[in-house]
Amino acid sequence: MAVGIIGYGAYVPRYRIKAEEIATQWGDDPEVIKRGLLLYEKTVPNHDEDTVTIAYQAAKYALVRAGIDPKEIGALYVGSESHPYAVKPSGTVVAEALGMVPDIHIADYEFACKAGSEAMFVCYSHVKAGNMKYAMAIGADTSQGAPADALEYSAAAGGSAFIFGADEDKIIAEVLYTYSFTTDTPDFWRREHQMYPQHGGRFTGEPAYFKHVVSAGRNIMEMAGLTAKEIHWAVFHMPNGKFPLRAGRTLGFSKEQIEPGLVVPWQGNTYSGSSPNGLAATLDSAAKPGDLILMVSFGSGAGSDAFIFKVRERINEVRDMVPKLWDLIHGKKFYLTYGQYAKFRGKIHLNPDV
Amino acid sequence: MIVPRHYKEMPQRYKLQGSRCKACGKVFLPPRQICPCGSEDLEDYNLSWKGKILTFTIIRTPPVQFKYQKPYAVAVVELEGGGTIQCQVTDTSLEEIEIGKEVEIVFRKILSEGEAGIHCYGYKCRVI
Amino acid sequence: MRDVAVIGIGITKFGELWWQNLRELCVEAALKAIKDAGVDHLDSMYVGCMTSGLFCAQEHLGAIMADYLGQKHLPAYRIESACASGGLAFRLGYMEVASGMSDIVLVGGAEKMHTGADATFALASAADQEYEAFHGNTFPGLYALIARAHMAKYGTTREQMAAVAVKNHDNGSKNPNAQFPMKINKETVLNATPVADPLGLFDCSPVTDGAAAVILCPVEMAKKYTDTIIKVIGSGAATSTIALHQRDDITFLDAVYHAGKRAYEMAGLKPEDIDFAEVHDCFTIAEICCIEALGFCEVGQGGPFSEVGNTALDGKIPINTSGGLKSKGHPVGATGVAQIVELVEQLRGTAGERQVKNAKRGLAQNMGGSGASSVVHILEVQ
Repeated sequence: MAVGIIGYGAYVPRYRIKAEEIATQWGDDPEVIKRGLLLYEKTVPNHDEDTVTIAYQAAKYALVRAGIDPKEIGALYVGSESHPYAVKPSGTVVAEALGMVPDIHIADYEFACKAGSEAMFVCYSHVKAGNMKYAMAIGADTSQGAPADALEYSAAAGGSAFIFGADEDKIIAEVLYTYSFTTDTPDFWRREHQMYPQHGGRFTGEPAYFKHVVSAGRNIMEMAGLTAKEIHWAVFHMPNGKFPLRAGRTLGFSKEQIEPGLVVPWQGNTYSGSSPNGLAATLDSAAKPGDLILMVSFGSGAGSDAFIFKVRERINEVRDMVPKLWDLIHGKKFYLTYGQYAKFRGKIHLNPDV
Repeated sequence: MIVPRHYKEMPQRYKLQGSRCKACGKVFLPPRQICPCGSEDLEDYNLSWKGKILTFTIIRTPPVQFKYQKPYAVAVVELEGGGTIQCQVTDTSLEEIEIGKEVEIVFRKILSEGEAGIHCYGYKCRVI
Repeated sequence: MRDVAVIGIGITKFGELWWQNLRELCVEAALKAIKDAGVDHLDSMYVGCMTSGLFCAQEHLGAIMADYLGQKHLPAYRIESACASGGLAFRLGYMEVASGMSDIVLVGGAEKMHTGADATFALASAADQEYEAFHGNTFPGLYALIARAHMAKYGTTREQMAAVAVKNHDNGSKNPNAQFPMKINKETVLNATPVADPLGLFDCSPVTDGAAAVILCPVEMAKKYTDTIIKVIGSGAATSTIALHQRDDITFLDAVYHAGKRAYEMAGLKPEDIDFAEVHDCFTIAEICCIEALGFCEVGQGGPFSEVGNTALDGKIPINTSGGLKSKGHPVGATGVAQIVELVEQLRGTAGERQVKNAKRGLAQNMGGSGASSVVHILEVQ
C-alpha cells in the first residue's frame, strides 16, 4: 500500500528583522554573518502569533490541498520547541479550531528542531499500518534566540503541515523510505524555567549536526540503493545557510539540488519547521512528477529523521491552491528595529500588573 | 479566571460559528435563539473568512491587558455572505487601513490572562 | 396616570473626590434635594448607578442608600442601564408616582469611579463584553468607530467635533459644580493627546465622582411645596443592539431616536418646541449624533449645525448649558439625574450665568454604552 503526503501547507509571519539590525545592536560585523552563515534576515512572529496560530495556518492550507473532511483525520501531532504552554497541548487548539475533534488522537512532540519531522515519521506509520485513514504532522516554532548570541541571527518563526494518507488519487508525494539516526549528544538544550537555550558552540557542528545528518542521509540512501545523482532534490535541516550546503556536498548533492528548499537565508531557522518548510518550498517550486526528494532533519540532543519521497502528478493540481512559501517569504513584509523586535519577542522586562 | 467564559465562546472565536435566520436571512455572530424579525428558526452558519472594513479606529489608550500593543487598530468588518464583527486589524501598517479595504480573517492569540492564565485565541483581520 | 412634578433638586461637586465615598456622595445629594423640596418624608427611592460592583465591589445600593439616608425600612431600588442608569431611574421614579403607587419619591444617581479599580475595564462592561471589549476595543474606541464612519458618510470634520467641546467648556465655565470649568479653544482639542483616532483627550468626557438627586411628587401635591410647577410632560425609553457593529446604521443612534420619538409623542410636541436640552455628550461625536437623532437638526448635519453656534447658550437650541458631560463631568450613574437638575434650574430661572432666556420646555437625553439604550424626558414649567 503506497502511503504519502496528500496535502501540505506552510506559513511564515509578515514581520522580519535584518541581520544588520541585530549586528548593530550587539556590535557584530553584519557582513561576517551574511557571508559566513548565509543569513540575511529572519521572520519574527507578531505579538499575537505563536506556535499554535502558525500551526493552525499551515494546517488550514494543508487541508485545502488535501481536499478532505477534517473529521476524517485520525491523529494530529504538533512538534515544536516553543509550545505556548509547558503543560497543555498545542494540538488540541488547532484540532478544535479546524473542526477535527473529538474522534482524534493528539499529542505534542518535542526533540529540538526535529519535533516536526518526527511527527511526520509517526503519522506515516499510522497510515501505513492501516490504523487510520489520514494523519497530520505539523512542525512549527517561534523559537527564542538569546540576545548577543549567534543564534539570535537565525531563530525564526514559521511552520508547515503534512497530511499523510493512502488514497491513490490523492498522493502528492509518496513515502518510499524512512530512517532515523539517534544518539545521546548534548549539543544544544534548554533547562526548565530558562528563557533561552544553551549550546556547545563549535561542538554543534561535527559531532552533532554533521554526524547525524550525514549518517542518516548516507544510511537511507544505502537502504534505498540510491546515489545523490539519482535523487533530484535534497532538503536538510537549516540552522544557517552553510551547514545544509556542506552536508549536501558530503553526500554528493549539488548546490542546485538544495537551493529550491534553502529558505533559511531569508526566513531564518524555523526550528521544528525548518526541514519541513524546506520540503514544502521544494514541492511548491521545483518538484516535478517522478522526482525523488531526500529530506533529512536534525534535532539537537541529537537525532535525524530521513525520508525519501517520490513526487506524483497531483503536485501540479495542488501547488497553486494556497499561498506558496517562497511567495510568503518574499511577499508582503515589515522590517522591525531591534527595539520593536525585542518587544515582540518578550525580551524586555515588563512590570507585572497589580 | 476567564476559562469558563472563554470556553463557551470557542466555537464562535475559533470557527466564526454563528447563526442565520431562515425566515429573513440575517446572519449573526454570536448565534441567537430568536431573530429580531420574530423567527426562532435559525440554522448554524459559519461566517466567511473574507470581508471588508466598514469603519475603524486606532486605539492609543488601551485597556490594561493590551497595554504593550498600542497603537493597534480595531475595525468593524462586514463579512461576505452576511454578518458583521468587530476585531483588531493585525499584520498591517496603520497607514494602510482604509474604509472599504478588503480583509481576510486570521486566527490569532487575542489575549493571555496575566503571566499564569490561559491564552485566548480568536479572530482578527488583516489587509490582504 | 397622574401628572408628576419635580419639586426638589440636589447635586454634589463633580470631580476627583478623594475624600468622599459613594454612600457619602449619595447622601449629600439626596439631603440637598429633600431640603430643597421641603418634604418631611419619602415613600420610596431609586438610585441609578452603573457599576458600583466593579468600581467599589459594592452591590445592593438601594439598601445602603436608604440606610445611610436614615430612611428606615424605605423601599429602595438600584437601577442600571450603563450610562443611562440615572435617566432610567428617573423614568421609573416618575412611573411610580404617575401610577399612583407612591406620592413622594426620591430619585438619585451616583458613581464613584476613583477607587483604584480599572476604569476602562469597568466601563467596557457597557459594551458587548465577548464581542467588543474582548477584542481590545474601549469606550473611546467605539465612539471613534462611529466618528470615522460619520466623517466618511457626511463629511463631518474634527474641527466640527472640536466646536462641540469648546462650546461645552464655555457653558461649564459658568457652572460652579463642574469638574473642568475652564474655557478651551479649538487648538486644544485638535492637538490633544490621541486616545482612539480620530478622537483625542478633549473629545472625551472625563472620569468623575459625583451624585445628583431629585424629588418627585404628583402635580396636585406639588402646589403645597412650591409655586413653580415643573411637570414631566414626556418620557420615552428605547434600546438598540448592544454591539455597535450590529446596528442598522453605525452613524445613527436609533435608540436615541426612538426614545425621543416616544417622549415627543407623549408630550404632543416636536423638536422645534423644545427650548434647550441636556444631551449625552460622552464624546463630542455623541453630541453631534444625539442632536441629529433628536431632530434638532438634519441627520448627518450635526457637525456644521454645531460649528456655526446653533447649540450655544444664545443659539437656536442651547445644548448642554450645564457644560455637558465633557466639562461638567460624567459620574456615570449620576449623569441622567444631573441632567434633570439642570433642566429644573433653567426652568426655575435659577441657572445664573447659564440662564437660557424664556426657558419653558427642556429635554434631557441620557444614553447607555455606544447607544444601546436611551432615555428621554421633557419637562415644562407651568
